[in-house]
Amino acid sequence: MKVRIKFAKRGSMKFVGHLDIMRYFQKAIRRADIDVAYSEGFSPHQLLSFASPLGVGIESEGELFDMTLAGRQEPAWIKDALNAQMNPEMEILEVWELPEDAKKSMSLVSAADYRIGFRDGYAPDVDLAETIAAFYAQPEIKVIKKTKSSEKEVDIKPMIYALSADADHKIYLKAAAGSVENLKPELVMEAYFTFLGIPFSPFACCITRLQLYLDE
Amino acid sequence: MRKLALSDEILLTIEKPARYIGNEVNMIVKDPKQVDIRFVMCFPDVYEIGMSHLGIQILYDMYNSREDIYCERVYSPWTDLDRIMREQNIPLFAIESQDPIKEFDFLGITLQYEMCYTNVLQILDLSQIPLLAKDRTEDDPIVIGGGPCTYNPEPLADFFDLFYIGEGEISNMELMDLYKANKAAGGSRLDFLKAAAKLSCIYVPRFYDVTYHADGTIASFEPNTEGVSPTVKKDVVMDVSHTYYPKKPLVPFIQATQDRVVLEIQRGCIRGCRFCQAGQVYKPVRERSLEFLKEAAVSMLDSTGHDEISLSSLSSSDYSKLPELIDFLIDHCGSKRVNISLPSLRIDAFSLDVMKKVQDVKKSSLTFAPEAGSQRLRNVINKGLTEESILNGAAMAFHGGWNRVKLYFMLGLPTETPEDEEGIALLAEKIAMLYYDEIPKEQRQGKVQVTASASFFIPKPFTALQWAPMYTCEEYDRRAHFVNDKFKEQLNKKSLKFQWHNADVSVLEGILARGDRRVGATILSAYRKGCIYDAWSESFCYDKWQEAMAETGVNEEFYNLRTRDLDEIFPWDFIDTGVTKEYLKREWKRALEEKVTPNCRQACANCGVKVFGGGVCFEGQN
Ligand code: SF4
Repeated sequence: MKVRIKFAKRGSMKFVGHLDIMRYFQKAIRRADIDVAYSEGFSPHQLLSFASPLGVGIESEGELFDMTLAGRQEPAWIKDALNAQMNPEMEILEVWELPEDAKKSMSLVSAADYRIGFRDGYAPDVDLAETIAAFYAQPEIKVIKKTKSSEKEVDIKPMIYALSADADHKIYLKAAAGSVENLKPELVMEAYFTFLGIPFSPFACCITRLQLYLDE
Repeated sequence: MRKLALSDEILLTIEKPARYIGNEVNMIVKDPKQVDIRFVMCFPDVYEIGMSHLGIQILYDMYNSREDIYCERVYSPWTDLDRIMREQNIPLFAIESQDPIKEFDFLGITLQYEMCYTNVLQILDLSQIPLLAKDRTEDDPIVIGGGPCTYNPEPLADFFDLFYIGEGEISNMELMDLYKANKAAGGSRLDFLKAAAKLSCIYVPRFYDVTYHADGTIASFEPNTEGVSPTVKKDVVMDVSHTYYPKKPLVPFIQATQDRVVLEIQRGCIRGCRFCQAGQVYKPVRERSLEFLKEAAVSMLDSTGHDEISLSSLSSSDYSKLPELIDFLIDHCGSKRVNISLPSLRIDAFSLDVMKKVQDVKKSSLTFAPEAGSQRLRNVINKGLTEESILNGAAMAFHGGWNRVKLYFMLGLPTETPEDEEGIALLAEKIAMLYYDEIPKEQRQGKVQVTASASFFIPKPFTALQWAPMYTCEEYDRRAHFVNDKFKEQLNKKSLKFQWHNADVSVLEGILARGDRRVGATILSAYRKGCIYDAWSESFCYDKWQEAMAETGVNEEFYNLRTRDLDEIFPWDFIDTGVTKEYLKREWKRALEEKVTPNCRQACANCGVKVFGGGVCFEGQN
């Protein structure tokens, strides 16, 4: 039996990196007595597959991972059993069964929604809704992408699927995510600050991933 | 969201921010306002190391079992955060509540190795607590030291208000009650220290005066305060099967050095190796009952979700119910896919059979600790392992599929000659040859690999070798290179590897281990020069330590290079571990005569710890 699990990672848990979150779940699954399936071999590991690593510093309301079970356990039971093991800043939001031939969520992720706010003292002194609209209305949004060997200019506009701001001083971004194309929300914000002509600090924004979209 | 002591900006700038945020599985949450005593337990090294320590887990559990105490934790901030905290004047905080440590009643620091001494000062400094005990006021926490290094607390005497000598399970509760009573009676810090000093295991350095002879040795060591005992007795838990053991150990987010359940099966060691401090100060051997261990293992695995359990003790093979315990674990763990790790097992038919069941032979290696290269020198240090038993064990293991061997040695042992040193290379070569003799070509899984590692011998207090001299850095390097050259002369040199530790660290460790109160000034001076994390080769700076030694008049000749007189008063003589100095003198003489002393189960050597009335000394008598 295969299930997909959606969870939230909030507050100080944003400082716990992706690999450590995986280990956190492996142990929680053991404590919860979930009948997880294991790989073969001398050091078997649990059959878990996380959809998309989340950068340190980012909170989430919609992370996903897939789990293969050795036997049958009801999704609702799994949700409660796992929630009983979570600390107050981690929450299992949903558990649902997948068909046996389902592809791994990792290979299906295509986009993500983000909510972006500003830390105290970092909000730009501009009309957010207006400037975000103007920024998004540009025909091209060029940024410098640095790799180990080179720097090159790329247009990130095609990877932005939606961008807006609300009266609450929050920005909403829908952008490409996953293994084919992946746009980091920090990069969009950096381009926005450059557009405004304001120096960008990597600590300016607090980002929450709201949802992952799968190509199914 | 939990309130954190550090801003997002800081946490996102430093390495592994999860070291500082707490919230780990099984963390104890209490309302600090609802307790009478706030205690913070410190392991003065980086989080991943400190979180791996069983002793802290036991005490954390024990203190928190009381409703009137909230025990929290703190570890050394890594150098990146250290810098930021100093720049921004941020006080060091406890992980649980994230409150500043200076607001606590107690700061308890476990002293596991000498090379953490400057980290102790870092903790005090970042906590904004005066480094010297005499400068502290009624508002500062009481700073307590515990752990193995307190068997010679003198180099740290100036920095601690009190030391707890021995196993923490016994008198800590009484100590807390004394504190509460003193507070209720409106008593001062000094009043509390006086009351605490009445407990037989508590050492309050300021209540003792030391005088010295012209040659630098101690002339007298005496209490200067009414009612303070001239000796301090170690505390020891005699019934280790009915005592605190954490049922729900903490599970960190980031991977700790020990990312597993640790099951301490017994305390002490019957072997009496003459270099080993733990073997002497944790006497007598006390085994935990099978029932206790089964229950502890199951509850810890269930409550942590760890996928590995490790047995811990100085010499696991000597635990009398080992086969039953292992059978139980294999049975219980197999169904739950928990790995079993068995360090410190002597290699023989039994252990190889067990290891085959629980480990991947291809990935694991055999470990032997002959400690010295010749039988003569092994007799000097009373290490019972013979060449024959090593070769027998290795042969069995080679037939079982192993082909990697690790050997541990010490260099610079008393009476060591070039022949003893060469013996290290010869033994490694014999093991390699044995592989090719025993295992036919078509059955070999590649080459045999024999790795020998040498550390430099450091005489420790309360061992039979506490009178022995050390050597200079240059001499250690010379000996290590000599052994290395001998390795290169061996026929199978391609299968052999020799590696050794840094000699300067050992020289310093030697000074700290057998140092007296005057060494405190050196530690302080080295810290002021920027020394912290001395146990980490990337931050260890011997030059600064040498400057500090020169400035404070502490020298290698006095602390390391001389052979001490039999009637010299040692800085640690005021501690009563149960093991008598007479016994240690006998053992030192026997060492020089190359005479082996049988272990506790073969024949009692009358070391003195029978006074505790239990353990191995009385086995088979009831
Ligand atoms: S008194 Fe005898 S049996 Fe007991 S620890 Fe000492 S040597 Fe061993």
